[in-house]
Formats: sequence, C-alpha cells, structure tokens
Amino acid sequence: MLNGVFNAFYQFEVSFSFLFLSAIGLAVIFGMMGVINLAHGEFMMLGAYITTIVATHGVPLIVAVPLAALGVALFGAVVEILVVRRLYGRLLDSVAATWAVGLIMSQGMLILTGPSMQGVSSPFGSFAIGQTSYAWYRVFLGVVSLALIVFLYLLFMKTRYGLRARATIQNAPIARALGVDTARMYTVTFALGSALAGLAGGLFAPTATIVPFFGTNYIVEAFVTVIVGGANALIGTPIAAALLGGIAATLGTEYGLYIARVGLLLATIIVIRVLPQGVTGLIDRWRMRPIESRSTR
Amino acid sequence: MRRGASLLTAENVAFVIFFLFLLVYPITTDEFSLLNTAYFMAITLIPLSLAMIWGKAGILSFGQTAFFGIGGYLYGIYTLNVLGSGATWIGILVGVLGGGIVAAVLGWFMFYGGINDVFVGLTTLALTLVLQTFMAQTAGDEWMVGEARLNGYNGMYVPQISVGDMPLFGRPLYYLYFVFLIGIYLLLRWLAASRWGYGLLALQENRPRTETFGYNVRLMQVQVFGLAGCIAALSGVLYASWGSYIDPSSMGLTAAITPVIYVAIGGRRSLTAAMISSMILMKLSQSLASTAPEYALVIFGLLALLAVLFVPEGFMAAAFNAIDRWLFRRSAVAPAREAGDVAPGPRPGELT
Repeated sequence: MLNGVFNAFYQFEVSFSFLFLSAIGLAVIFGMMGVINLAHGEFMMLGAYITTIVATHGVPLIVAVPLAALGVALFGAVVEILVVRRLYGRLLDSVAATWAVGLIMSQGMLILTGPSMQGVSSPFGSFAIGQTSYAWYRVFLGVVSLALIVFLYLLFMKTRYGLRARATIQNAPIARALGVDTARMYTVTFALGSALAGLAGGLFAPTATIVPFFGTNYIVEAFVTVIVGGANALIGTPIAAALLGGIAATLGTEYGLYIARVGLLLATIIVIRVLPQGVTGLIDRWRMRPIESRSTR
Repeated sequence: MRRGASLLTAENVAFVIFFLFLLVYPITTDEFSLLNTAYFMAITLIPLSLAMIWGKAGILSFGQTAFFGIGGYLYGIYTLNVLGSGATWIGILVGVLGGGIVAAVLGWFMFYGGINDVFVGLTTLALTLVLQTFMAQTAGDEWMVGEARLNGYNGMYVPQISVGDMPLFGRPLYYLYFVFLIGIYLLLRWLAASRWGYGLLALQENRPRTETFGYNVRLMQVQVFGLAGCIAALSGVLYASWGSYIDPSSMGLTAAITPVIYVAIGGRRSLTAAMISSMILMKLSQSLASTAPEYALVIFGLLALLAVLFVPEGFMAAAFNAIDRWLFRRSAVAPAREAGDVAPGPRPGELT
C-alpha cells in the first residue's frame, strides 16, 4: 500500500520535473517577451551536447551542466541580437525564424558530430522500496525544479534586473522613458530563457541518448506546459507542470506512454478553449477581482 | 480582383506560364518525373489551403497536416472496405468531407469560443500531434477498421484511384492531379475575389470593425477553415493513393511546420506565389536531398530565415510586386501591415 503511494508520488515527481524543466526556458521567453521560440528544443540539444562533451573530458557533471547553461545563454544572446530583435511585434514571423534557427542547429550538429554521441551515465545510483527500484537522479531533478522556482522568484521579484524586466513587459515605452535599456533587457531575458533550456538539456543528457534531434523528445511537452501555464512563468508554469504531470503519471501507469501523451494534448486543447490565457489568466482574474470582495475577505 | 482592374499582372502571367508548363510537361519527360511531379501537385494543395486561410483570413493553422492525415486514412479505410468499381471515387469524397467536417467542428470549437491569432496555431498544432500520437500506437492487430489495418508506423496500405478495375498511372494520373490542383486554385482565386473573400481580408485586418459592418465574422472563419480542411484532406487522399501508403509521420511536427515555411518563403498573401514557390521549393529540397542530404535542410533553414528577416512578404510575392511596379508602371498595393502577427492590445505576458 505504502509502496503504491510512494510509487505514484515518484511517477508524478518525475513527470512534473521533466515537464517543468523542459518548459521553463520557453515560458520565460514567451512570458517576458511574447516570442515563441521554436528553436527551444535545439537549445536543449545544444545544452545536452555541451554537457556530454565536457563531461567525457573528465569534468564532473555538477560543473558541466552549469557550463552548458552558460554556453547556451551566450548562443541565445547572439540569436537574439541577430534574428529575434528584428521581429518584435511580428509574432508569426518570429515563429518561422526561430524554427529556421532550430533546423540549422540540428542539421549543423548532425554535420559536425554525426548521428549520435557516446552519452554519460546517470549519477547517484538507485534505491529500492519493496520490489521496485528508483533512480536518485530523477529525485534530484525534482529538487532542482523546486530550487529553480525559488531562484526565479527571487530573480524577478527581488533584483534590479527583475524589476526592469517586469517594467519592460508591462510597458516598454514608459520603461524606456524611465531610463531602462529595454533592448538590453530583451537580450538578457532571451539569454536567461536560453540558459534555462541549456540547463534542462544538460540535466536530461544523462537520461537520454545524445542525438542531434534530442530536442524533439521534449518540445511537444514543453509547448503543452507553456500553453496550459500561460504567460506567467513564475506561477503558471509550475502549476501547469503539476497539473499535466498528474495527468501524464496517472494515464502513463494505467495505459502506457502513447495514451498519456494523447491525454496531455487533449487536456491542453480543452484548457485553451476554457482558459485561452492558461493558468495565468485564472490568476489574473483572481487578482483583478472587484475591491468589495477583497475587503469582505 | 476589383472590377476594372487589369488582368495583366505579374501574378496572372506567372500562373499562365505555370499552367502551360505543367500542361505540356508530360510530352517532354519520362514516367518517373511525371509521377514525381504528380506527387508535388498533390502536396501543393496544402500550401494552397494555407495561403487561403493564413494569407486571406489571417488564421495560422498547423492543423492542415492533421486534415491531410484524416483525408488519407479515411480514403484508405473506405476503399479497403467497399470494393467494386467507382468505390475509389466515392472514397475521395469520403476523405475530403471527413477532413472538412473535422476542420469545421474544430473551427466552430475555436472561433465561437473566442480563440484567435497565435492560440489557433497552438490548438491546431496540439490536434495534429494528438492524431500523430494516436495513430502511432495503432500497430497492433486490434486496430482494424473492417478490412483496413491501421498498422501504426508500419504504414497502412491504401488502394489507388482506379477507373473500372484499372488503377490510374502515368499520364492519366498526372492529368487527374493537374485538374485537381488547377481547379482548386481557380476556385480559391474566384472565392478570394468575391464579396465573401473581401470579407475575409477585412476580418484579417480588424475583426470587431468587420463585425460592426454586419459580417458574421465567426461564421466566415469557420467556413474558410472548413474549406481549407477539405482541400488539405484532398491532398491527403491524393498522396495516399499516389503511394498506396500512408503513415503517421505525415502528421508530425515537421510535416505540420514545413508547409507554413513554404508559404512564408513564397508569400502568403498571394495564392499564386504560394502554389508556384511550393512546387519549386519541393523540387529544390528533393534535389538537394539527393546531392547533399546533410546540407539540404541547412540551406532550407537559411532561406526561410532570410525570407522572414529581409523579405517578409515572401520572395515570389515581392517579385510579383516589383515586376508590376517597374514593368507595368502600376503602383502595387502597398504592403499591408503584417496582419495576424500581433493584434493591437496587450501583448501576451503583459500584466495589467
């Protein structure tokens, strides 16, 4: 009985962390800049490659993964300056352009490194409860997810950068008038989102095979989470990941992987219909409720 | 076309050249190229349907490949179960109507629910992926529809379109596909020039304003989305029949995005540009794939990137405009605001 409960919780925790980690970079860029980064999966792929290459040269994973995040952040900043910057206010064009960037990245990686690469094994080993064995590394991914939520909260709510970035999304002209370099804010935010993608790629690298199309394994789930979560990356994305993680874990243990995925996507279509702004819309509505109901609370 | 506007435009000249070229092409070429071109013509219906809904009505859909798949699978299921002469022709109708009905229902669900702009893109993408994921797991023996075995990623066998008991091949097949492509193109040109078509252009620019002029905006969106669904489904039927085969990869992420990129490169506001440039790009990507397979997609990506960054109206549409300006000394219609991109109002992510 207790084993069953733990197993269910473990499945949920794993689904949650994979959804959250793959979505958070996409969510930051979508929420803070209104840009849908279709190269997100390829950014994750780049993170996984950097991690793997560095780790096979004897550098411990704990250093290799942050290095990957840093590398992808720099790459993201370059992409922002060369491409994305020209496309603000042209949402559909930025979709096409970032798709093209992703295509060039995955094909370029195929040309550079060949169809696959020797991966690194997943650290920390495993533990057993009853008959079932569980991987510590997957538990660790959940811890990282929670730490990341706290980190992003502090970053956006307590630092100068966070204040300026939020001012920029709320009203760019006024933020500019008050002396915020909004162009730089966009570059830094895009780099941050890229770093989170690189981090996710690096963290997933030990759990997957390293191929140039690494990103396609996660991109659909990432999109679905961002759609359900809406534009608020701090609150919407974790809630969406928890919601969808619950659905995926339940359906996955009962009916297998494919049906879990179909369930995720159907849930998403329904959420878009009921809440076009995602969970964020629900929160905004709650925050914007009439004053009277607030005072009688 | 407004009444009185000249028919002599670069766009129309290009269409006539394209038409005549495809008409006489079979005389000059071998069986293989003939079938290959028939395949291109079948697939080109998708970019054509996209140019209609995206270019004219401002609806970006990643779901055309889903309707493509529905059309192909329904055609296969029908023709495998109902034998006899003429069954394949009813099968075409079944596939087309099936895709169209699913599109219309989805359109009703979205547009009457107030979903617009980028959320239409996301919903249609989700539908495409639902179908792909679902079809991918149908490899087992329990997935039989009557005589038709869905067969997951191994692909489903599909009978070819036949006259009497003879399957069509060679020139008759080529000309059948040719008639379908040109017929659909002319139908769309005619519709786009009608009152209804002008209503679509209006609602792309500003939905509330169009509504106050007495247009039923949501109904029109559902109508054009359903029509585009029919066309995409026809494309799926022709594709499945052409290769006697269909599998779920025809509904994957890449399949959903590729036609959007074709249309973006060629020019989404012109049906002619979308059609001709899609044929050219398919030919290009095929020849690149045989000579330098690794570099094909890199070149393709660069092309798309250049188009979006420097020629946002699309290479071929821009060429049409330029020729009109210089050759015919006619002031081309000023490129309208890139509609469908960002509606005025709060951006996503803006917290008020």
